[in-house]
Amino acid sequence: MSTKRIAGPEIERLIQLLAKVPGLGPRSARRAALHLIKKKEQLLAPLADAMSEAVDKVRICSVCGNVDTTDPCMICTDARRDPSTIIVVEDVADLWALERAGSMNARFHVLGGTLSPLDGIGPDQLNIRTLIDRVAGGEVTEIILAVNATVEGQTTAHYLTDQLSGFDVKVTRLAHGVPVGGELDYLDEGTLSAALKSRTAF
Amino acid sequence: MEWRDEGIILGTRRHGETSAILEVMTRAHGRHLGLVRGGRSRKQQPVLQAGNRVDIIWRARLDEHLGTFQVEALDLNAARLFDSAAAIYGLQTLAGHLRLLPERDPHERLYETLGLVIEHLDDPAAAGELLVRFEIMMLDELGFGLDLSECAATGARADLAYVSPKSGRAVSRGAGEPWRDRMLTLPAFLLEAGLRADNRAMEDAFRLTGFFFSRHVYEPRGFAEPEARAAFLGALRRHQAGLSAGSGESAA
Repeated sequence: MSTKRIAGPEIERLIQLLAKVPGLGPRSARRAALHLIKKKEQLLAPLADAMSEAVDKVRICSVCGNVDTTDPCMICTDARRDPSTIIVVEDVADLWALERAGSMNARFHVLGGTLSPLDGIGPDQLNIRTLIDRVAGGEVTEIILAVNATVEGQTTAHYLTDQLSGFDVKVTRLAHGVPVGGELDYLDEGTLSAALKSRTAF
Repeated sequence: MEWRDEGIILGTRRHGETSAILEVMTRAHGRHLGLVRGGRSRKQQPVLQAGNRVDIIWRARLDEHLGTFQVEALDLNAARLFDSAAAIYGLQTLAGHLRLLPERDPHERLYETLGLVIEHLDDPAAAGELLVRFEIMMLDELGFGLDLSECAATGARADLAYVSPKSGRAVSRGAGEPWRDRMLTLPAFLLEAGLRADNRAMEDAFRLTGFFFSRHVYEPRGFAEPEARAAFLGALRRHQAGLSAGSGESAA
């Protein structure tokens, strides 16, 4: 079944590219494209400029694996951050989430994924070597493993713990348990047993 | 096409923004993959973790299609295993071994044993013994089973101490002694139920299965030994070293 084209190739291409953005499907991409075209001067042109600038300037931080327009990134060069604590995350999205929480003034390290035999991702595909190098530098005293509470995430956490065992560094991980606003009745048994196991004095 | 079965999850792969491709070892349908719509939702993600036992309904228009899974939790084992390095590596080792099997080929005996091993994975003392027995069973199911019932040279059934690297058959202590340097050690706990394995016996047992896995399975397929297996053995050694240090301290 062929799809009837409703606009010129430039607009079709814009729609096709927008449809590849997470959260947008073909229909919502059409709506977004139409909205951008209607607001050409206020939105489309500045967006195109911002994207073009991002293409030129965005780079991966050679220290922590974060994305920024400078290398090292703003987090790594921020003198107010505690250089003795590194929070290890799977992805930049996790780094942003923890930064939103704003509860620790530490530095970060982005692994770029987790060990996943099913996807063929081994230690060499992750940003682990640079983490070891940072710890070997001697300034770091604590590594906080903020990986997902999935089998792949915990495999990565155990692997990192093994790799860091030769260094004089404390390795900690995030607690597993009841989320804020969570009702016990609706939680799965695994989360409940993890919460019970890591209960604290009250 | 539709069937209902129970299975143990081996792994999950992202598919699009909301779905997941699930790999499951089922009782009657072997290792099977299927699409779980909404598999990346908050509700589904805790269920779709490796090691969990689930009830599955598979539906597809044709038998050769990937099909979709409808999954319901039976035993959520994954969270229990998170804290133990041996358990997590053991789980990955089991999944790695099962991926050597062709898809949709039923292995009910392996499925039953898999469930038993996962049940005890967080107890490192039991996990090593169970995993090595699982590996022996895996070799058997892959067509490279070891014959540990009698001596290949004399037919004797007692005092079996070695395994011939050529034939994979047991050899008695007397018959194997002249070639002991070339023989693989056969730990006694693999022959007698109820015997517990010490550190050395455990190392010998994994060296034995590792040798035949490498020769018959990994090398012909161009694979390296799974890193999870080496990591599992490392975790067992650390556990044993911790126990020895603890008993040494208490003795002192």
